[in-house]
Parts: sequence; C-alpha cells; structure tokens
Amino acid sequence: MRIKQLLIGITASVIAVSSYVEMAIADLKFPMLVYRTGAYAPNGIPNADGFVDYYKMINARDGGIGGEKILHPECETGYKTQVGVECYEKNKKDAMVFQPMSTGITYQLIPKATADGVTVYSTGYGRTSAANGKVFKWIFNAPVTYWDGASIAVRHILKNNFGNIKGKKIALVYHNSAYGKEPIRTLQVLSKKHGFKLMLLPVDHPGQEQKATWLKIRKARPDNVLMWGWGVMNQVAVKSAASIKFPMDKFIGIWWSGSENDVLPAGQGAHGYKALTFNAPGDNYQVHKDIKKYVHDKGQASGDGSHFGTVLYNRGLFQAMVQVEAATVAQKIHGTSKITPAMYRDGMENVNLSAKRLEELGFKDFAPPFKNSCENHGGSGLAAVQQWDAKAKKWNLITEYMYGDSDVVQKLIAEDSSKYAAEQKIAERCN
Amino acid sequence: MSVELLNFIETVLNGLMSGVMYSLVALGFVLIFKASGVFNFAQGVFALFAALTLVGYQTGQVPFAHLINELFGTNYHNWYASMPNFLAIFLTMVTMIALAWIIERLVLKHLVNQDPIILFMATIGLAFALEGVGDLMWGSDVKVLDVGIPSGGSIWLEEATIGLAAEGSDYYGMYVDVLNIWATVIAVILVVSLALFSQYTKTGRALRAVADDHQAALSVGISLRSIWILVWAISGFIAMVAGIMWGTESGVQFSLSLIALKALPVLILGGFTSIPGAIIGGLLIGVGEKLAEIYIGGYFETGALENWFAYVMALVFLLFRPQGLFGDKIIERV
Repeated sequence: MRIKQLLIGITASVIAVSSYVEMAIADLKFPMLVYRTGAYAPNGIPNADGFVDYYKMINARDGGIGGEKILHPECETGYKTQVGVECYEKNKKDAMVFQPMSTGITYQLIPKATADGVTVYSTGYGRTSAANGKVFKWIFNAPVTYWDGASIAVRHILKNNFGNIKGKKIALVYHNSAYGKEPIRTLQVLSKKHGFKLMLLPVDHPGQEQKATWLKIRKARPDNVLMWGWGVMNQVAVKSAASIKFPMDKFIGIWWSGSENDVLPAGQGAHGYKALTFNAPGDNYQVHKDIKKYVHDKGQASGDGSHFGTVLYNRGLFQAMVQVEAATVAQKIHGTSKITPAMYRDGMENVNLSAKRLEELGFKDFAPPFKNSCENHGGSGLAAVQQWDAKAKKWNLITEYMYGDSDVVQKLIAEDSSKYAAEQKIAERCN
Repeated sequence: MSVELLNFIETVLNGLMSGVMYSLVALGFVLIFKASGVFNFAQGVFALFAALTLVGYQTGQVPFAHLINELFGTNYHNWYASMPNFLAIFLTMVTMIALAWIIERLVLKHLVNQDPIILFMATIGLAFALEGVGDLMWGSDVKVLDVGIPSGGSIWLEEATIGLAAEGSDYYGMYVDVLNIWATVIAVILVVSLALFSQYTKTGRALRAVADDHQAALSVGISLRSIWILVWAISGFIAMVAGIMWGTESGVQFSLSLIALKALPVLILGGFTSIPGAIIGGLLIGVGEKLAEIYIGGYFETGALENWFAYVMALVFLLFRPQGLFGDKIIERV
C-alpha cells in the first residue's frame, strides 16, 4: 500500500514539475486543431507535420520567437465542427492564434473568438468576407480567399479561350459543406458577367461514391470543371474524370484539391490535372534546409518525416511562418517579447511579408509577398496554377501568380461583410 | 434509339454496377448475421483493414513502423521493395483468418448467450479498435492499390453502342467502368462459390445448421466456436475482396470504412439473412440512387441525393416489409 502511495506521489510530482517547466519555458501558445485520424487524416497529417516541424525549427534555431519558446498543443478535431469548437474552448486561454483547418469550424469560431479576443487565422479558407478587417477585427484569411480563387480559375479559363467564354459551360463539383459552397456566389456573378453557364454539382461527405455526378458531367459535357473538394472526394473525382476521359487540363481544383494524395491513386490518368496554389511545390528552399538541419537530422521530425516537401506539408510551413511572423511583429510594435493575445492580433494585422522579408525567413520564391492592414485581412489575393506531371510524379507551376477579378470579389466581400456587421451590430473600424 | 433512352439505360447499368460494389460489403454482414446473429458493425473496417494490409504486404511496409521507430529510435520503414500480388493476397487472407481467430478468442467467446444488442455494441467497439490498430500498423496515408485489375471506361462498350443512337444525334457511346465489370464477375463467382460451399460440403452444412438453430446444431456435436471462426474468416475474405475493389477505385484510405454505411440500406432491402437478398438489395439501391440523382437531383437546390436516397428507399421498405425482400418471415406466436 505504501509503495503504491509512494508511486502515485512521485508520478504526481513529476507531472506537476514537468508541466511547470513546460509552461515556464513555453511562453507563446499556438494551439493546433488537427485531424490526424478519421476520413480526412491523409490531408490533415502532412499539414500538421509542416506546422510542428516549423515550430520545432524556430525553437531550436532561434530559441523561440524573440526568446519566447513556442508551445503548440494539439487537439484532434477529426475535421468535425463540434469537436473543433470544443478544442477551441479547451485551449483558448492565453492562446495567441487558432488555425481551425476547416471552414465549418472557422464559421463557428468567428463570433466566439471575436467575443473572447482571440485571433483566428484561416489561411486561404474559412469565411471569405472575413478579409474585410473593418468588420472582422479578429479574423484573418490571407493571403488569398475562395472568391479570389474562383475568379482566378475563371481568369485562367478566359486566358485559354482568348478572353471569350460566352456560351461555355463550367461545372463546379463541390463538397456539400460550408467549405464547398463558398465559391458559388462568386461563380454565379462571374457567369453573368462573362456569359458562361454554371452547373452546380454537390457531393456529400465523404465523397467515396460519385458515379452519378460524373455521369451527369459526361452527358452535359461542360467545357471546364472546377472542384472544391477535400479528402477522398478529390481522389475519386480525379479518378472518375480520367475514367470518363474528361480532358484533365480542363479540370481545375482549388488549392485544397491539389496535393499529391489527390492525384497519385489515379496514376497516369491524373496527368495534366490542374490546381490553384498560393505556395510553391518542392523541398529545396532555405526553410527546408533549416528544418532538416535542426529537426529531422536530430530525429525530431513530426511523424515519420515522409511528408517533407509535399504540397500540404509546405502549406503547413507557410501557415506556421505567417503565425510566427505575426508574433515577431507584435513584439516589435509593443516592445516586449511577452505579448498578450490582443498584442498578437496587432502583429497579425501588421504583417508585411515583402520579398525581402520572405527571403530572410527562408521562403524566397516560395510564395508571393503580401501584407495585412486594418482594412485588409485577406492578403494579396494572388494564386498561381500548378499542373500534375504523372510521369515525374510532381507538381509544376505553369502560370505566374495572378489576381482574380477584384471588382467582383471586393463588391461581394463588402456586401457580405456589411450584412454580417448589421446582423451582429458591429461598428466598422479603421475609419 | 433516342439518346435519352440510351442515357437512361446507361444510368441503370451504372447503378447495377455500383450496386454490386455495395453487395460485396453487404455479403460479409449477411454471413456473420446468419451464423451468429451478430450484426457486425465492423464489416466496413474489415474491408479497410484488409486493403491496408494488402498494400502493406505489397510494398514491404514494416507493420507498426512508426511505433517501433518512436520507441527504439530506429528508422525502419520498408523491409523489401515489393511482393508479387498473389503472395500478398494470400498473406492478407491468412491475416484475416488470424484476425477472425483473435476476435473469437478475445471478444465472442466471452459474450456467448448475451443479448444481440450487447454483441452489436461489441462490434462497434471492435470497429474503432481495429481502425486504430490499422492506423498504428500501416499509417494513415492514402495508398495506391493495384492488383492488376484494369479500370477506366470500357472502350469496347463505347464503340459497340455508339451506333445505337439515331443518325446525326450527339452521342458518343455508353459508359461503364471496367473495374465495375470485374467487380460483377468476382461477385458472381463469390456467390456461386458460397452457395456450392454451403450446399455440398460438410462444413457448409454445419454452417447452415448453426444458422438455422444454434441449440440444435450444438446437440448434434457441431462446434459453435469453430463455425464462428470460420464464418468470421469467410467474411474477412469477402471484406478483402470489397477492400480491393473499393481501394482500387479511390485509393486505400480511412474513409473506406464508411462504405459499411452503404451496405445498411442494402441489408434492409434484401434482408439480413439472405445472400441473394444482399445481391438483389445492392442492385436495387444502386439503380435507385443513380436514377434519383440524375433524374430528380436537379429539382433539389442542394442536390447530392446519391448519398441519402438509398436510406429513403430502405425506410419505405421497412414500413411495408420489415424483414426485407428475402429475409426470414417474422412469425410471432402467442
């Protein structure tokens, strides 16, 4: 009995001391909402690994941010909105920023985080109109929004059709969720503007069975297909498109439908498939070298290290880098390394990732420069088109980074955000 | 023939083919339910586990590599480059038989004579546990499964049917995926083999005896436990076939376990105790959902009928024929 009590006592003391030590050295808390299990794990894991490796590298190479170590507790959401909200509630105390990694979770967190004074950063996803910083003080979605993405895809199609797509048919195959429905409004406006016919084809979670959708496409023969998919939906869609012999260079996915996972199961059939992106593919950037040196070579890679340099891993690096940079900016603005969540928000709003700064951070030519401001939380709005080379098994950038139709997008953002402001009785700021 | 009629036939044909894929999953449920009265919620995870194991053997992946490396600081991932398909399939079959034995030893043996709901709950637990073990063993990456089954639209069918449309009409042949044709052939072979096995072998007859009446089977000296292991092993084999078909179509990934949900309406329609019922139920569900999506889907703003229409059909059937088309008639004696 005594031995048992002694053991319990020792265990409790060790836990208490270790958590004290951890809290003492890890001053900046960046909670991670991840999905390493469930149907969407194949996408969630490389992305989360990118985040963790970057944080570990900053802690090892720079001793943290301005001397403050990064603490990055993980909370498993399984890509479930309700669980994501619970993760937020559990981890919100002293949290600098939340990256929900799900548009559904982001929508739920917008009012909560606004009330709690916690920054939410939904990198290239979430509620598009959150780009309007005048209304959404605590929410950021830089560097590019779904509405930019929709208009960039249409712009790419326009370019390939000598500027005229009147009478053409464009189909949108989308995940039947808040995420998948985001581009619909923009595409409807663009279809009126350019005279193309829009076909909407929803696919229910998880998207394992899409035969009827692709039979419809085969019959309707759209000139182009756009896709807002995630998880298995992407793989089945790419494979189905190849199976009905839809020309793959006329099939364009959003940046969440353009990872190696999405195309490899289709083999050679996926050759030529396109997807938008706001960061470059590959593993030969300075940041990769640093991660290799300070993390992987020391046997501390997140997971088995096999996702290094993949599309979603690189996106995780980019997302983590912006979050760390926001903390650095906040420390400069407020003249202290021990920043509060409110100070962090100021940092995020003043992030200025110029080409020079990106190079300093090891991200030269990895992504286009962007800056946030009080009015603009949506970044540059730039994205490029990448194309899958099935023989070499790699993505290649085939266009420059380009803007979408800002006339259309900005108008829609203003409409949607002012509607939200009226509903929530939010007074516009930055005036 | 008009293009509309040809398109309708194409939809029906594709529905039938999809239905066969659902039937492959439903068959495993029926076998276990017939022999042991257990509704095996883990059947979808069986398919996932079998497919993961098959790819693991094919590619020489070290099982539990992540765990081993984490614990011992090693860096093992693969122990050979590749394995021939037939050997990988054989080893997967052996693994599924071993799994059936483990389940009987660790779970079923301890739950004999318990209420069906207890056994059902146990299979829910089994599903989650097996999914976790699969993740630990083989990782959660999307895996490419290629056992040499061709896939893609059938060019032969396209060319054979292109001339059926009226002259001058805008039609370019009928579409059916070759993978689905293979699935149909394999399903037919499976059902015929199962029928022959249960009709003409001693073990098969014992299996039918257990399915008819546990007590009576025990009284004539049939070992219930051996039959259970056998049935779970056969359903593991069927799960492997389903896993190969579905995994070839979408890559092997954890959402594969959700195909079990597609089998539920099939079982409601066909009955939980009938092998032909699982096939006919699958075909009806496949055709029903494809026709609904293509011909009614446009009237719904949100669309995506394909996923839930099967449950509407199942619900209607439940109201009028709760035992399903081929299920044992429900007789209540006062």
